[in-house]
Amino acid sequence: MPGKLKVKIVAGRHLPVMDRASDLTDAFVEVKFGNTTFKTDVYLKSLNPQWNSEWFKFEVDDEDLQDEPLQITVLDHDTYSANDAIGKVYIDIDPLLYSEAATVISGWFPIYDTIHGIRGEINVVVKVDLFNDLNRFRQSSCGVKFFCTTSIPKCYRAVIIHGFVEELVVNEDPEYQWIDRIRTPRASNEARQRLISLMSGELQRKIGLKVLEMRGNAVVGYLQCFDLEGESGLVVRAIGTACTLDKLSSPAAFLPACNSPSKEMKEIPFNEDPNPNTHSSGPSTPLKNQTYSFSPSKSYSRQSSSSDTDLSLTPKTGMGSGSAGKEGGPFKALLRQQTQSALEQREFPFFTLTAFPPGFLVHVGGVVSARSVKLLDRIHNPDEPETRDAWWAEIRQEIKSHAKALGCHAVVGYSESTSICEEVCILSASGTAAVLNPRFLQDGTVEGCLEQRLEENLPTRCGFCHIPYDELNMPFPAHLTYCYNCRKQKVPDVLFTTIDLPTDATVIGKGCLIQARLCRLKKKAQAEANATAISNLLPFMEYEVHTQLMNKLKLKGMNALFGLRIQITVGENMLMGLASATGVYLAALPTPGGIQIAGKTPNDGSYEQHISHMQKKINDTIAKNKELYEISPPEISEEIIGSPIPEPRQRSRLLRSQSESSDEVTELDLSHGKKDAFVLEIDDTDAMEDVHSLLTDVPPPSGFYSCNTEIMPGINNWTSEIQMFTSVRVIRLSSLNLTNQALNKNFNDLCENLLKSLYFKLRSMIPCCLCHVNFTVSLPEDELIQVTVTAVAITFDKNQALQTTKTHVEKSLQRASTDNEELLQFPLELCSDSLSSHPLPPAKEHLESASSNSGIPAAQRAVTVEKASPVGDGNFRNRSAPPCANSTVGVVKMTPLSFIPGAKITKYLGIINMFFIRETTSLREEGGVSGFLHAFIAEVFAMVRAHVAALGGNAVVSYIMKQCVFMENPNKNQAQCLINVSGDAVVFVRESDLEVVSTQQPTANCQSSCTEGEVTT
Amino acid sequence: MLGPGARSGISALPEVAWRRHARPQQCPARGARAPGVAMTSELDIFVGNTTLIDEDVYRLWLDGYSVTDAVALRVRSGILEQTGATAAVLQSDTMDHYRTFHMLERLLHAPPKLLHQLIFQIPPSRQALLIERYYAFDEAFVREVLGKKLSKGTKKDLDDISTKTGITLKSCRRQFDNFKRVFKVVEEMRGSLVDNIQQHFLLSDRLARDYAAIVFFANNRFETGKKKLQYLSFGDFAFCAELMIQNWTLGAVDSQMDDMDMDLDKEFLQDLKELKVLVADKDLLDLHKSLVCTALRGKLGVFSEMEANFKNLSRGLVNVAAKLTHNKDVRDLFVDLVEKFVEPCRSDHWPLSDVRFFLNQYSASVHSLDGFRLVAQHVCLCPGVCPSHPPVSPPFPHSVRRPAER
Repeated sequence: MPGKLKVKIVAGRHLPVMDRASDLTDAFVEVKFGNTTFKTDVYLKSLNPQWNSEWFKFEVDDEDLQDEPLQITVLDHDTYSANDAIGKVYIDIDPLLYSEAATVISGWFPIYDTIHGIRGEINVVVKVDLFNDLNRFRQSSCGVKFFCTTSIPKCYRAVIIHGFVEELVVNEDPEYQWIDRIRTPRASNEARQRLISLMSGELQRKIGLKVLEMRGNAVVGYLQCFDLEGESGLVVRAIGTACTLDKLSSPAAFLPACNSPSKEMKEIPFNEDPNPNTHSSGPSTPLKNQTYSFSPSKSYSRQSSSSDTDLSLTPKTGMGSGSAGKEGGPFKALLRQQTQSALEQREFPFFTLTAFPPGFLVHVGGVVSARSVKLLDRIHNPDEPETRDAWWAEIRQEIKSHAKALGCHAVVGYSESTSICEEVCILSASGTAAVLNPRFLQDGTVEGCLEQRLEENLPTRCGFCHIPYDELNMPFPAHLTYCYNCRKQKVPDVLFTTIDLPTDATVIGKGCLIQARLCRLKKKAQAEANATAISNLLPFMEYEVHTQLMNKLKLKGMNALFGLRIQITVGENMLMGLASATGVYLAALPTPGGIQIAGKTPNDGSYEQHISHMQKKINDTIAKNKELYEISPPEISEEIIGSPIPEPRQRSRLLRSQSESSDEVTELDLSHGKKDAFVLEIDDTDAMEDVHSLLTDVPPPSGFYSCNTEIMPGINNWTSEIQMFTSVRVIRLSSLNLTNQALNKNFNDLCENLLKSLYFKLRSMIPCCLCHVNFTVSLPEDELIQVTVTAVAITFDKNQALQTTKTHVEKSLQRASTDNEELLQFPLELCSDSLSSHPLPPAKEHLESASSNSGIPAAQRAVTVEKASPVGDGNFRNRSAPPCANSTVGVVKMTPLSFIPGAKITKYLGIINMFFIRETTSLREEGGVSGFLHAFIAEVFAMVRAHVAALGGNAVVSYIMKQCVFMENPNKNQAQCLINVSGDAVVFVRESDLEVVSTQQPTANCQSSCTEGEVTT
Repeated sequence: MLGPGARSGISALPEVAWRRHARPQQCPARGARAPGVAMTSELDIFVGNTTLIDEDVYRLWLDGYSVTDAVALRVRSGILEQTGATAAVLQSDTMDHYRTFHMLERLLHAPPKLLHQLIFQIPPSRQALLIERYYAFDEAFVREVLGKKLSKGTKKDLDDISTKTGITLKSCRRQFDNFKRVFKVVEEMRGSLVDNIQQHFLLSDRLARDYAAIVFFANNRFETGKKKLQYLSFGDFAFCAELMIQNWTLGAVDSQMDDMDMDLDKEFLQDLKELKVLVADKDLLDLHKSLVCTALRGKLGVFSEMEANFKNLSRGLVNVAAKLTHNKDVRDLFVDLVEKFVEPCRSDHWPLSDVRFFLNQYSASVHSLDGFRLVAQHVCLCPGVCPSHPPVSPPFPHSVRRPAER
């Protein structure tokens, strides 16, 4: 009996009129948890009842505490007939179960009814008394923290990153149970809401148990989804990354730890290759000239401080393909062993994180993905969801083998998704193959880990671009050159990844959102035939999506994609593919070539002319884009680059496969066969259309940028103004003789128009950037295409932006190196802080560490100071913006990002995971489908905000709308919608407020410059 | 798959049923669309965590324009050129804003609700703007309904007013409903009228005062629509209303007791009858005249006209005041004042300053009248008869200026 839940119902307000005669309501409240129900008194004749109830106490197992939601029902008392329900509030009490999160839930909650929407509010106070239970075999996992954020949450430090956790639970969907034929829509919706809430609780508890087994204490990058499989049931599944997190107590201490990823690495800005056998090891200082001065003295002097320097050196050649022996010193072998053993004990070395602690990511191989088409059958025994488990296990195995083929032992930025239409289901998984630093994966005490981190020699900023596989034994043909940054390692010419841009990567210019959109018609078919048809279409779609991405990337003059997300959606008569990613120009990668167009009939004069005209247009576009995104890579003479490996063909790094229900796995080489990818062959009208569509993508209006990653490379002066939004569009296609082209055009227009609308709507925020733009496509009916976009618009300071954008690569690189020196102070500070375990006041500490920092030449320190002050000023300027958060009561910010610009997250209050159903039988009266959905989404936002506010928070970070299933039946004047959202409730403090508190000016300055670094780098 | 007649609403049907019933009838209608257009937008929404309010669109919505008209007006404003947007984008944006406003309207009917609701997160400054604009009214419209009973009957006439003023019927309805809503809420309330309005509708001070005037006029049904009164602006009437509320109502007499700002103090009106002696008693009249004339000699540009007309003017003023016990005469207060006092002055081309001098002296002199002292004392206890003689002075600026302008 390890928990006592206490609930108090205080008051209600703005209740609906339930008694038409008196225009009033006789309201009372039922409080239900598990099987226990309490009732308040009836508060007669009021729309603003004051119940002020006693404390209702539930004595429950902590297992129930985790699974069950608290259910509060507001009813209208009726003497003669049954009491009418006004609405309900479900409260997830999970945040009260771990010590560092919220202690009480108290506030106004919207009373929600699935038919009428929000009907007034109710004030509730909830507390939990938890007793310690040391039973080893317990079924609960109270105390494991969950985060939706796909990076190590601010104000925590990762001690160990354990790895992948997954779980799924299945049940029958209440909408398909026989009882649904006789119950009201409201009862049916509520049964569904309750069931999903229960299932998510159970799922979270089970995952928590797995984490405890791994000796972790938190799940980061927790992603929970539900699959509505219709007749065959309801699946709720979740994946995440188990970690051991350490709370950073003093704000001064956590700052450097969580924000300045690049700091620790500067220990050796030179040299990631200590092995003299390879190329001359010189400083990687990105000077234009060939300063190949061999300067080991400095680097080694640094290394001497560490005990096991050699071990920490990063491998250059990857694991998998086995030719590492060429360079393999004993250290390497050792390291490999270590890494492999660390990872191989895991079934799936996957990580749902997209951003990593410094030094975690060593090399990135490329995107790996797997898809599988399955036929749904009824789940016979919900307690043993083995089929679904087996399906996913199969896919994960495939991903793992793809990663191996790329010479990588891990997959990062991993995610899973499904698309269901009738009884066919496509399961997809994708991630980025990578080589990781084993240190974070090992078990060890906190101190040990810290020491190790201290001594670590991390790769240079270009390290992650270097190929992890062996160049002589490549898994696929690729075009390699020497890294444009360090000149020592091989890099591919294009890099696709699903992760966020590493904070230490050097990017030239700005990035932009790149999308590939594709539709393919498919014959309507049943069951097996349908699945086969889909399986046959998939490879072609993937190929085309990939080609489109590649062409658009080239058109933008960029060479790398981050945050790549390919969504394939299945409908009854078509398949849709939508890939979104953020294109950037990585300084370490070679300059992309242009696009050549070749016609098929060279004899025809006018045709020739047409081709050359197109070619000109394409070249113009590339030039324009380069200017627009400020891409001006330095001119580097060939000799410096060294002779490129003679491999003329352009290759892709996307390894994929898909299998149908027969489990047959086919692998497809997406590398354009023998054709040169630079050449677009226009051999028919289709190809012509393709080229046209390439050119029709309109860049955002001036002052606007967009990306689907957390932040935009090249913009680093965000102001505090943010606007999160969701936009939904549904178009109806005319069913008459649709062709693939027409379909593609419609889909393209739909997305482009949607973006245009967003730019227009948010024009008052210019200059601004749409970050974390997340498109979701679904095909709710035959001729309907639904696109849902959630993103956040953040304004930035234009003046500063101009300054930074003017810098050319040379400068930026130089600056980057000074940055490194500047940042050096902080890790040292942190280390001294943590090592000398007696806490000193931060300001003093700072001074001490600065003075004791003999490693930094005075001149560089001067640079540090110089740099810090303007940033500080900038912050002050930003702060003069209206203090919207402070002045009003209960403003709750929502953002899909993991941070809030201009503010510091001081506390995580718990995960928000909510599921709502809304239905109407008076669609016209509610303003048609648009009015209905608009109101519903606004209500969902309101309920999320209310829950966060009740937890004592003032923002939701890593917010995501995971599902928005909309069904309409205009003829019957009806519609139904299901929405699933999640995020992390947090408390944030504006930096300006922090600084007011801080009396010491220098500290304040450093703080601000430091956080600025976090946001920008 | 369903038991026959098991349930009435299809809403309860399983999802599959949803779809099956949805499809058939829609295609024919769509087929009729213009060729070339392969898609139509079924649904198009944008929801921000902070509700976006476009002031320009809000104004168009308040002005009662349809979405189509609003889009046309926005296109004409050159917004497409400024932003590089297309007409379709503008259409979608306008629809979206209109939908938001439509949802907000319910809350705007009781502004405190807008502040406490949780559905729309709107910064306070924006909330204030929404409310203030929603309750703002057109001068042309308010002049049409000022002093009329805010009843269904008047509402039926709104289309005439709409045609006459060029304000859309929708906007007229909103303004009329606002008047009526404020009226209903504060009608039975105690305390200061302006304060009550401000508290329940969160209006700015200025707007609350205007509403107080509107409510006051509607309650007392003052006639303002006569042709003779057309030259008077709403501001003129509002000025009068404010002074009358301050000095002539029950609330003005005793702020503790029966605190009503809406109704005129009957007792005071009764007392005004006593003023008749000023014109009925010949001696008193002469004395009054001589006092006024002595004081104003040399100070008035129209002295001779005043001297000649004194008896008429005084009689006019006193008669208007004495008649106010009858409801009908209360309604005609402004008509009478204009007829009996303003027009004579105007025909003699009195300058404004002279009118003011005269009226001040006219009421001040009463106090020094011997035989009148007793009466005057009593009357003066009622603040309504303070020297400035409030209700009369405001109309003058125009009454005197207008002829000169012409």
